Amino acid sequence: MSTTLPNAPAVSTLANSKNNEPKSDIPQRDAWRQFRLGNWENEIDVRDFIQKNYTPYAGDDQFLADPTERTRQLWDELKDLLEQERQAGGVLDADTIVVGKLTSHGPGYINRDLEQIVGVQTDAPLKRAMLPYGGVRIAQKALLAHGREMDAATADIFAKHRKTHNDGVFDCYTADIRKARSAGIVTGLPDGYGRGRIIGDYRRVALYGVDRLIEDKKQQFHSIESHAFSESWVREREELQDQVRALADLKKMATAYGFDISVPATNAREAVQWTYFGYLGAIKEQNGAAMSFGRVSNFFDIYFERDIAEGTLTEAEAQEIIDHLVMKMRIVRFIRTPDYDELFSGDPTWVTESIGGVGEDGRPLVTKTSFRMLHTLTNLGTAPEPNLTVLWSQDLPEAFKDFCAKVSISTSSIQYENDDLMRPYWGDDYGIACCVSAMRIGKQMQFFGARANLAKAMLYAINGGRDEKSGEQIAPPMEPIRSEYLDLWELDAKFDLVMDWLAETYVKALNIIHYMHDKYSPEHLMFALHDREIYRTMATGIAGLSVAADSLSAVKNARVRIIRNDDGLAVDYEVEGDYPAYGNNDDAVDSIAADLMTRFMEKVRRQPMYRDSVPTQSVLTITSNVVYGKKTGSTPDGRKTDEPFAPGANPMSGRDKKGAIAAMASVAKMPYDHAQDGISYTFSIVPDALGKDSQMRQDNLVNLLDGYFAETGHHINVNVFDRETLRDAMDHPEKYPQLTVRVSGYAVNFIKLTREQQLDVINRTFHSVI
Amino acid sequence: MEDRRPSLAPFECASGISWLSHYSAKGTNRCERRLASAHEDASESPPESVPCSGFVHSIETCGTVDGPGLRYVLFLSGCPLRCQYCHNPDAQGKPHGEIRTSESVIEDVVKYRNFIRRGGITISGGEPMMQNEFVHDVFRRAKAEGIHTTLDTSGFLGHRASDEMLESVDLVLLDIKSSDPQTYRETTGVSLQPTLDFARRLSDLGKSMWIRFVLVPGLTDDEANVRGVAKFVAGLTSVERVEVLPFHKLGESKYEQLGMRYQLSDTAAPSPEQMASCRQIFSEEGVTTR
Repeated sequence: MSTTLPNAPAVSTLANSKNNEPKSDIPQRDAWRQFRLGNWENEIDVRDFIQKNYTPYAGDDQFLADPTERTRQLWDELKDLLEQERQAGGVLDADTIVVGKLTSHGPGYINRDLEQIVGVQTDAPLKRAMLPYGGVRIAQKALLAHGREMDAATADIFAKHRKTHNDGVFDCYTADIRKARSAGIVTGLPDGYGRGRIIGDYRRVALYGVDRLIEDKKQQFHSIESHAFSESWVREREELQDQVRALADLKKMATAYGFDISVPATNAREAVQWTYFGYLGAIKEQNGAAMSFGRVSNFFDIYFERDIAEGTLTEAEAQEIIDHLVMKMRIVRFIRTPDYDELFSGDPTWVTESIGGVGEDGRPLVTKTSFRMLHTLTNLGTAPEPNLTVLWSQDLPEAFKDFCAKVSISTSSIQYENDDLMRPYWGDDYGIACCVSAMRIGKQMQFFGARANLAKAMLYAINGGRDEKSGEQIAPPMEPIRSEYLDLWELDAKFDLVMDWLAETYVKALNIIHYMHDKYSPEHLMFALHDREIYRTMATGIAGLSVAADSLSAVKNARVRIIRNDDGLAVDYEVEGDYPAYGNNDDAVDSIAADLMTRFMEKVRRQPMYRDSVPTQSVLTITSNVVYGKKTGSTPDGRKTDEPFAPGANPMSGRDKKGAIAAMASVAKMPYDHAQDGISYTFSIVPDALGKDSQMRQDNLVNLLDGYFAETGHHINVNVFDRETLRDAMDHPEKYPQLTVRVSGYAVNFIKLTREQQLDVINRTFHSVI
Repeated sequence: MEDRRPSLAPFECASGISWLSHYSAKGTNRCERRLASAHEDASESPPESVPCSGFVHSIETCGTVDGPGLRYVLFLSGCPLRCQYCHNPDAQGKPHGEIRTSESVIEDVVKYRNFIRRGGITISGGEPMMQNEFVHDVFRRAKAEGIHTTLDTSGFLGHRASDEMLESVDLVLLDIKSSDPQTYRETTGVSLQPTLDFARRLSDLGKSMWIRFVLVPGLTDDEANVRGVAKFVAGLTSVERVEVLPFHKLGESKYEQLGMRYQLSDTAAPSPEQMASCRQIFSEEGVTTR
C-alpha cells in the first residue's frame, strides 16, 4: 500500500500540476475531496474545517501501532546525534556567518532515505542558526559561551548598519527600569532575544496552500487602502507587505526540499509536511523564548481518516508520520547565553502541542491522532519536547482519560490544563503557547515577558525601597519600617505602594520591549498565519506568590521579629509561633494569596498598554524559581536568603503538610479571571502513593485530575517517580539519557539541569501520601 | 475568630469515655441515646445538630490504599491491640489527642468532594470501634452527604457495631492477621475469635468486605496459618477483594521516637517469592488475591 505514498522527498505529484492552467481550482478540488464544505471554503477558517470534518474517537489505545523499522533506525541515528550534542557541552554545531532566515540555508537531513517528514532549521540537524535581530551582542555572547565567534564581517554589518531590538530597548529604558532589572525585582525581560509566545496557524499552509494565503493577505492590504492615515495604519500596511514576502519565502524554503506548497496538501503525509514547513519557517526566522506548535492533532486526523478510508494509508504508516514529525519537534534548537540557560534551564523551546479538550457543541475533541501523538512517548521514549499538553475536561471520554493517566505514570512527560475553565474564555480552537498561556490559534498573540518578584517587593516595603542585598535605593525612597516586630497594617500599606511602583515600572519595560520587537525583529511569517485583526494580550507575571502570602500570614498569625544589620537594613526575620501556610487548603492564608494576585493584577490593569493590548498575568516560574530565590534576601515567612522560591503557584516545599490534595485545593482557589495567562502547579508523587497496582494508579490519577480541575485548578504538571531515581540520575547521567521531569509549565531533560537545579527538583515536595 | 465554646463541650458525647468499657460485651451508646433523646425533647432541632466528638489521631486528606478511589482517611486514636508491626504505635491504648466533632470532620470532608467522587471517607486507626458512636455519627453524616463510607478495622470490637451502625457503612476493610489463635495472640496481643465472629456476621448481613492479611516472615507465614485464613475467607460470601500485604518497617522510627521496643527489627520484608507462595496458597483455596 505504501507504494502510493512517495517515499523519497522527490517533488510531490502536486508540483507537476504547477504548470497546468488554471492552477488554482483543480488541485483544490482534488485536495479537498470527500471533505464536508462550509465557511472554511470561502474564508480562512480552520476551526470550521475541523468542526465539519473530524471524527471523535471514544475508544481505547488498542489500535495504536509500534514504531516501524524506519522509525527505529531514524531515531537511533538521532539519538546518536543527541548524545554527541551532550558530549559537546550542549551545542553540537552553530552557524557563525550566515544570518538565519527562511531561505538562508539549503535543505538539511538526518537521513534522507528514512525521513518521512523533512526539514531542519539550518543545513544540518542540531546545527544552530544565528539569529541576531533580537540583539547582536547577545548572539555574540551565546556563540562565545559555546566556543565560537561571530564572523567579523557579519558582526561588522550589525555594528555599523543594522540596529537590533536590544539596541532599541536600551535606547529607551528608564533609569527605574534599569535599576529594577539589575536588582532582580523584575527578571527575565525578553530584551535581547525573540519574545516568542506567538503561534502561527500552521495548519493553514496545508489546508489552503500558500498561494491562497498570499491572496488573502493582499486582499487585506487592499481592504484598508481607503482608511485615513494614522501611524497604526501605515504600520499595518507595511506589516502586510512583509507578511506576503514571508509567505513567498516559505514557498522557496519548501521548494528546496522538493515540495510545492503553493497548493493545498492532498494527503495526510503532505498535510503533516506542509504544516511542519509552516512551523519550520517560524523557527528559522525567530528564536522566541517559546515557539509552540498549536493544536494540530485533530486537523491531521481528518487527513489520516480520509487516507485510511481510501486505502492508501495503514495505521503503522499514520503512526510513522506522527513519530517522524515528533522527532523534528524534539530537535528544535536555539543558541542561548549562560544567563538565559540559568533562568530557563534544560534548553527548552516549548514546542507545545495541545491535545484533547471538548468542543463548544459538547463533542470531545479527541481523535485517534490525539492518541497517536501521546503514543510517541512510548514509541520514541520520553523527551521534554514537544511539550505535550492535554486539555482536560470532565467530559473527555473515559478511555482517553485512562490512556493519558497511563502515559503520564510511565513517562512523567505530560502537563494538563483545564479546558472546562478556558473554553468559555478562548473557545475550542485555542492552543497553549509556551507553558500555560491559552490563545486562539491564528487570532491571538501575546506580548510576553518576565516576572515581577512580589517577595522582593515586600522586602523593599520593609526597607524603604532599598535593596535588601545591596543596600542600594531601587524603588522610590519611603519611610522604612522601624519597629522590632512587623505590624500587618504597616507592612501591607507600604507593600501596596511598592507594588504600585513595580507594576508601573514593569509594564513600561514590557511596552518598550514589544514596541521595539515589532520594529526590529518582527515575526512576519507567524503573523502571516494570523487573521488581520489580532487580539493581543500583555502577559505579565509574578514570582514569589507563596513566599509573599506566607509572609503576610506569618505577620498576621505569628510574631515576626526583624533582624537588622549595622546599616539598619532588615536582612533577616525570626518567626515566633506558627502560622497557617499556603498549600494546606486553609482559607485563612489561601485567601491572602488570591488577594495578592488580584491586587497586583489590578495595578497592572491601570497601566497604559502598547498596541491596545489587554493585560493578563501568570503565576508561573520555570526553573527560574532558583534564580529568583538567589536574588531575594530572607523573607518574613522564615525562608532564608538565597533559598529557592516554590515554582509557579506551588506552596513552598515542605510547608504543604496536609498532602497533595490539600495543596491542589489551595492552588485551585487562585482566580483564573485575574491570571488569564495561567496558574502553574507542579506535582510530584511516588508511584506507591498513587496506588498498589498499575490499574489503581491510573484510576487514582484520573480521580486527582478530575478533582483538581473540578475545583477550577488551571494547570498541573504530573511527575510520577521516586526521589531515588533522581538521585541516581544525578550521579549517573549516562544511565538516564531520556529521563524527563515536569517542572513549572514544561518538561526538561533532568540530566541537562545544573546541579543546583537538580537538587531543587529533588527537594521539592514529593507526595508520599496524597 | 477564636472559638469560645466551652472546652469541655466535646466530652458531652461519651465516645471519649467509652474506651473504658471496651472489653465489656456492650459498648456504651450514650451518644446515640443522646441523639435520640434530643430528638424527642426538642423535635424542632434535627439530631445532626447534636455534637458528637471523638479523638482523632491524624487525617490524610486523601489516601489511595484504604478502599476504592481517593479517600479522606480519618485515623482515630485508641486501640486495644498491640500488633508487632503496627505502623501507628502512637495510636495504641486509650483514645487520646485532638478532639474533633463529627460535624467539623464532615465540614472538612466535603471540601474534598470533587476529589473523592469515586472514593469516599475511610475511618481507620487505631481501632475505630473504640469510638463506635463517633464513627457511627461521622458515617451517618457522610451518608447524608452522599459520600461512600469505609470502616478499616481489626474486627476485635466488632460486637460494638450495631446493625444500625453497619447500615451506614458501605465497605468494611477487615484485617485477619492470622487463623491460628495462638499466632493471632502473639501478633496482636488479643484473641482471634471476635474477629472471626464479626467477619461471619458481616457475611450474613451481606456487607461488602475487603479482607487484608499481612504477611510477616517468621510470624504469620506458616503455611497452615495462611491456609487457615484462606479457607476461612473462602467460606465468606460478601468478600469483594482479598489483599495480601507485605510487611514493611516504615513504622519503625516511630517506635524509637516513642521509646518503644520494635520487635521486628530483624525481620525482613517478604521476598517476591514469599509473597507469591502465599498468594498461591490462597488461590489453591479458591481465593483470588491482589
